[in-house]
Amino acid sequence: MLVAENICKRFSGITALENVNLTLTAGKVTAIIGENGAGKSTLMKILSGVYEDYEGNIVFKGNTVRFKNTREAQKAGIAIIHQELNLVPHLSITENLFLGRELINSWAMLDKKAMRLRTEELLEKLKLSVSPDTLITDLKVGQQQVVEIAKALLYDAEVIIMDEPTSAISESEVDVLFENIANLKNQSKAIVYISHKLNELFKIADHYTVLRDGKTIESGDMQAMTHDMLIHKMVGRDIEIIRNTNASITKNTLLKVDELCLNKLGNEQKQLLKNICFELYSGEILGIFGLMGAGRTELMETLLGMHPNLSNATITLNNQPVKYKSAAEAIKAGMALVPEDRKKDGLVLGLDVKTNISLSSINKMQDTWLINNKTELDLAHKYIKALKIKTPSEKQTVKNLSGGNQQKIVIAKCLATQPKVLMLDEPTRGIDINAKNEIYKLIAELAASGLGIIMVSSELPEIMAVADRILVMADGTITATFNANEATEDNILKAAIADIN
Amino acid sequence: MILTQQRTQLAKFQSLIALVLLCMGIAFMSDKFLTIDNTWNVMRQISVNICISVGMTLVVLTSGIDLSVGSVLAFCGAITAGLLKSGIEFPSNNLFIGFTLLGAMLAGLIVGALLGAFNGWTITRFKVPPFVATLAMLTIARGLTLLWTKGFPISNLGDNFAHIGTGWFLGIPVPVWISAAVIASAVIITQKTALGRYIYAIGGNEHASKLSGININKVKLIVYSIAGMLAAVGGIMVTSRLDSAQPNAGISYELDSIAAVVIGGTSLSGGRGTIMGTVLGAIIIGVLNNGLVLLNVSPFWQQVVKGGVILLAVIIDKANSKND
Repeated sequence: MLVAENICKRFSGITALENVNLTLTAGKVTAIIGENGAGKSTLMKILSGVYEDYEGNIVFKGNTVRFKNTREAQKAGIAIIHQELNLVPHLSITENLFLGRELINSWAMLDKKAMRLRTEELLEKLKLSVSPDTLITDLKVGQQQVVEIAKALLYDAEVIIMDEPTSAISESEVDVLFENIANLKNQSKAIVYISHKLNELFKIADHYTVLRDGKTIESGDMQAMTHDMLIHKMVGRDIEIIRNTNASITKNTLLKVDELCLNKLGNEQKQLLKNICFELYSGEILGIFGLMGAGRTELMETLLGMHPNLSNATITLNNQPVKYKSAAEAIKAGMALVPEDRKKDGLVLGLDVKTNISLSSINKMQDTWLINNKTELDLAHKYIKALKIKTPSEKQTVKNLSGGNQQKIVIAKCLATQPKVLMLDEPTRGIDINAKNEIYKLIAELAASGLGIIMVSSELPEIMAVADRILVMADGTITATFNANEATEDNILKAAIADIN
Repeated sequence: MILTQQRTQLAKFQSLIALVLLCMGIAFMSDKFLTIDNTWNVMRQISVNICISVGMTLVVLTSGIDLSVGSVLAFCGAITAGLLKSGIEFPSNNLFIGFTLLGAMLAGLIVGALLGAFNGWTITRFKVPPFVATLAMLTIARGLTLLWTKGFPISNLGDNFAHIGTGWFLGIPVPVWISAAVIASAVIITQKTALGRYIYAIGGNEHASKLSGININKVKLIVYSIAGMLAAVGGIMVTSRLDSAQPNAGISYELDSIAAVVIGGTSLSGGRGTIMGTVLGAIIIGVLNNGLVLLNVSPFWQQVVKGGVILLAVIIDKANSKND
């Protein structure tokens, strides 16, 4: 259906893509595989009309095309569903679907009836059982994604590009997504699927194209590939997930949380977290697993003192009872959090590496009034070296670094406060395999140095490989605890979807 | 690579280059411009806007805005003038408190800081958007000024007080010394202190700053207080220069100060900008005002030209940040 030949793209002298070839077939899912920075996004931006100036040819349905902008690409039938969804939160599903191409009746007014009807049809087709009048903000992320797919169908898109579609949705929502993709295949749509999660690709993809350093490495049938072969092609060498040896766990209780509760804002009746009790030993990596909405992120935020007026808990740190009413006080007490969304909650993207690393600890680097530049610079250099942060200098703006390096900067910022407990919420989301392994290694080293680590993850293989002990959450409460050796995908998932009522 | 570096270097100095070109242009057309008298005159005039704009820059860096500076300026000037002239009388228990020059000025500054703190309090405690909170204060402080002055100017404040606005020290006008001190303190705060870091961090990403353990409310409270206090500094200078506290002083000063901030390259969405940029912005506006008067441009046209310059500055700034 679509053939891209010898695509080259340069940004001010730097080659992003070099002679890349891609073939998409109707009714098939093609996986684009590659590390961050391999050129996947650039290629997708060319296909969807974001960049007009590139070398090479794109042949779409037999005609050579060159889209001037995204609108033209959309009209021709190429839709892209970005990782960050493109919907207007306070408009309804119908209004979002028809945004920019509203149907007009003979009175030159909006034909609301027709638009609503069409939306209803599409939602039914995609098995989303909500009213077309629902506001986007009232939908779950997985449902919003379905709306994006509906948008693509409304355009009669024949090529649908999905960029990391499962990065923000829960396992059950993934199943719905895969069902929808299977349906799209039956309607002979060509689907481009980009994901870091290889297991998914084996489930859903028919073909693959591996990119590395802006070049096509190989294309072929997914069936002929194995997990290890794919990884080998992506990084050019073998990678092993580092298995934690449990050597560092002590029997010293570092953190003890008793009867932690959290009320929903504006609704005293509804409890987001109910009677959470657990202990964390120093040197231990405690994994917390749960599906979307289980309350994992809320638990992390509450432990960092973000909901002082809504929460209640007895917390003991190093056998001392602690009370804190803000993140500032929690950090002072020895807690630190690497948040789930590093761009939104972890970094000040417009500031440089040094400033971000020292942000939480700068108040301790002052000679009476003024910041001691040397102390701060030493701190930045220390962590750039220790965490192997790849940056031209400490003055580089954080915005320009890759996801893995950005994540390391957030971790550095937390470590600079010299915490006793380090909480990491989805620390490897959206970063490539190499960087993931480095982060796993780092977590193990930090635990070995005596820190207590809490790691939230929604990826089962990851949490099983890294954690010493796994708490499973469902519906705001802990439903099971497993030691690493007794945890299996089966029993963890069972606990995560347990219906406690 | 080298080319982009040169371009960013150029961008850094573009307001300076614009200022130099502007001065050369005016000097070419009017021989009165580049005289010592006129230079000191311009600098004296822009001192007030510089003080206000420095405070405004701090506020804008946190991605806020302070529309109340003009009214706060008027109120604090009137407070200082009133206390200096007639003190406070409590007829009920026969108490009279007189004020020395220093005492009256200190009272003015404190009132300015308190009004600013009130802005900060409504913004942080009740989550009132800064635009609305300070718009309310714009009206409140103007009303308080009219109440305090009963609608009449407070004049004849004595030679010592007049010295602040019109006097000289070591051959340089006193207001220039004052604004230089304000600039220096603000540069140190933004570049060398943790508070400065927090101001940029909050403007860049408020939620991440909060999660990093920064006390957002405290920082904002301090920043709005500083803005209020610097408006009071401006108020004292204006009152002293005219030897009179006018109830309608400072009207639309907030616009000139926002213009200086914007021309100086500070992003209205916060997190990006410098004090020195704002100072340059204030000087450009001041020189432009002065030049247009010297060139006998009609006051009506002056406004049109000023607006055009603001637009141009922001358009150039946008084009530059796109190249990054």
